[in-house]
Amino acid sequence: MANAQASMVYRRRMWVNRFNLLMSLCTMAFGMIFLLWILFVLFANGFSALSVSMFTQSTPPPGSAGGLANAIAGSAMIVAAATFISTPVGILAGIYLAEFGRNGWLARTTRFMNDILLSAPSIVIGLFVYTVYVAKVQHFSGWAGSVALALIAVPVVVRTTENMLQLVPASLREAAVALGAPMWKVILMVTLRAVRGGVITGVLLAVARISGETAPLLFTALNNQFASADMNAPIANLPVVIFQFALSPYPDWQRLAWGGALLITAAILVLNVLARTLAGRPQS
Amino acid sequence: MPADAASISIDMPIGTARTPAGTRSGAPPPPRATRAQWGDTLFEGITRLFALVVLGSLAAILVALAISAWPALEQFGPAFFFTNVWNPVKSEFGGLAPIYGTLVTSLIALAIGVPVSFGIAIFLTEMCPPVLKRPLGTAVELLAAIPSIIYGMWGLFIFAPWFADHIQPGLTASLGKLPVVGALFQGAPSGIGLMTAGIILSVMVIPFIASVMRDVFDVVPPVLKESAYGLGATTWEVVWNVVLPYTRIGVIGGIMLGLGRALGETMAVTFVIGNAYRISAGLFDPGNSIASALANEFNEAADPVHRASLIALGLVLFVLTFIVLACSRMLISRLAKGEGART
Repeated sequence: MANAQASMVYRRRMWVNRFNLLMSLCTMAFGMIFLLWILFVLFANGFSALSVSMFTQSTPPPGSAGGLANAIAGSAMIVAAATFISTPVGILAGIYLAEFGRNGWLARTTRFMNDILLSAPSIVIGLFVYTVYVAKVQHFSGWAGSVALALIAVPVVVRTTENMLQLVPASLREAAVALGAPMWKVILMVTLRAVRGGVITGVLLAVARISGETAPLLFTALNNQFASADMNAPIANLPVVIFQFALSPYPDWQRLAWGGALLITAAILVLNVLARTLAGRPQS
Repeated sequence: MPADAASISIDMPIGTARTPAGTRSGAPPPPRATRAQWGDTLFEGITRLFALVVLGSLAAILVALAISAWPALEQFGPAFFFTNVWNPVKSEFGGLAPIYGTLVTSLIALAIGVPVSFGIAIFLTEMCPPVLKRPLGTAVELLAAIPSIIYGMWGLFIFAPWFADHIQPGLTASLGKLPVVGALFQGAPSGIGLMTAGIILSVMVIPFIASVMRDVFDVVPPVLKESAYGLGATTWEVVWNVVLPYTRIGVIGGIMLGLGRALGETMAVTFVIGNAYRISAGLFDPGNSIASALANEFNEAADPVHRASLIALGLVLFVLTFIVLACSRMLISRLAKGEGART
């Protein structure tokens, strides 16, 4: 009798275990299905939209042929400018956190706020740049877009730079200091150089993060129907063009939107893979 | 400041010991030593300045939004947050509908995303063969790398029609008949609405919640798990009774992080939520969220009060996410600290 009861309990535990582990497997499949579904749709629609004219012609008016050349160039300029702004700011702030501030109140507060900024809604950052910059100068501009994207990229760079610097063994610093090098030289030429790969990873991840951002560009860089290299004026950029074209009723525009979406996603995936391989190498 | 200086001298005794040692030996001329010190002070000053820039930008966002939102807040008062009017023609604004939509879509996202992330984290830490651990972990993280606008396009063109054809009628026929919760699942099966937005958001927050959960599950000391296994516990019992209680704080932190992400997500939601300023019981009805209202209307808003009202909504969103993310951060770091003390 007792034996039968025990085996009942045992059986129930076993089945609960099996059922729950099966569920866990299903959740993994759930995630993978969505990933593959999205990528499949993207590739299926995007590849059919790819053509040479996409890279050579500017965004068309509805109903005529055209490409995304101005949007691609505009995006590249905005993202490049944002990277140039955010990289030094992020690396220097990261150096402060890891090498000088450490556990002081300023470093702890900055670290905390940086982590919040890391996940802050990007549309609010666009709104912020609008109120302090666009509203003051009275016109949308590529620079405003770059500033907004830089604000999103900085926390990523700060975070990775700090984490990487903390991995540097103290003996490396001590050796450099013992040779008589001042701290700034030790940091710039020894510790920072030792984690170069990791810092570059952080920058690449930041670029990947900002190149797909749409929301902050809506209120800052806006869009431009024509090819323009003037960063001080509204400038075409891929995310906003995709947004506009995808929601339009014109099939031509929608097709271009899919093509642009494929380009952006492919670029971001490549950046991610690049960052991961770089990060995987030098630490070991 | 004294705490700051103290921590430097404790952490870096070599740096402070260097100069006396140098002068004692007499080899380096004193001016050079002072120049090096100057360089250090300058360098530290510069890095501190940039740390302050990072710190200050958050405060600047809050202040700038509050100032720009002030005309709307002054005109409508606290009622702005509790009334549901959005009439640009008559210049009357109350943000309840988008605030409601933001909260409802985020809650749907959590209701689906949390159990799924939990399952994925269990799979990756307890069941996955070591060979697949890295590729599958990376694949989940790729979900976070896909830009939000891609989710939006996929949602609008592919997911929403599919959902309307295959899932919505079934849900209305089954869950829609239940007494109280039934009202949630009523409505025209258009595929556009709060439910679709919530589901797409859930896919988007899964990588964030799952990776935090996986990281905190990994810090559970193997000895604890092995003891439970040694007593004859099943894998599920180990997860539920040992791993989860041990990491509870971090898990909640991860969920809060996902919530923070879901609240502020813009493009994906904008494509599928329907942009209607109304509050209805049905989750299949179109609604609006703060972020999508901003994305849709801000550039067309010519009236200063309209613009200020939208910025006020942005301020609400920022404050909400700030609180949620701050809680998340504190919970996750508390777990990390406790872990450090224990080992």
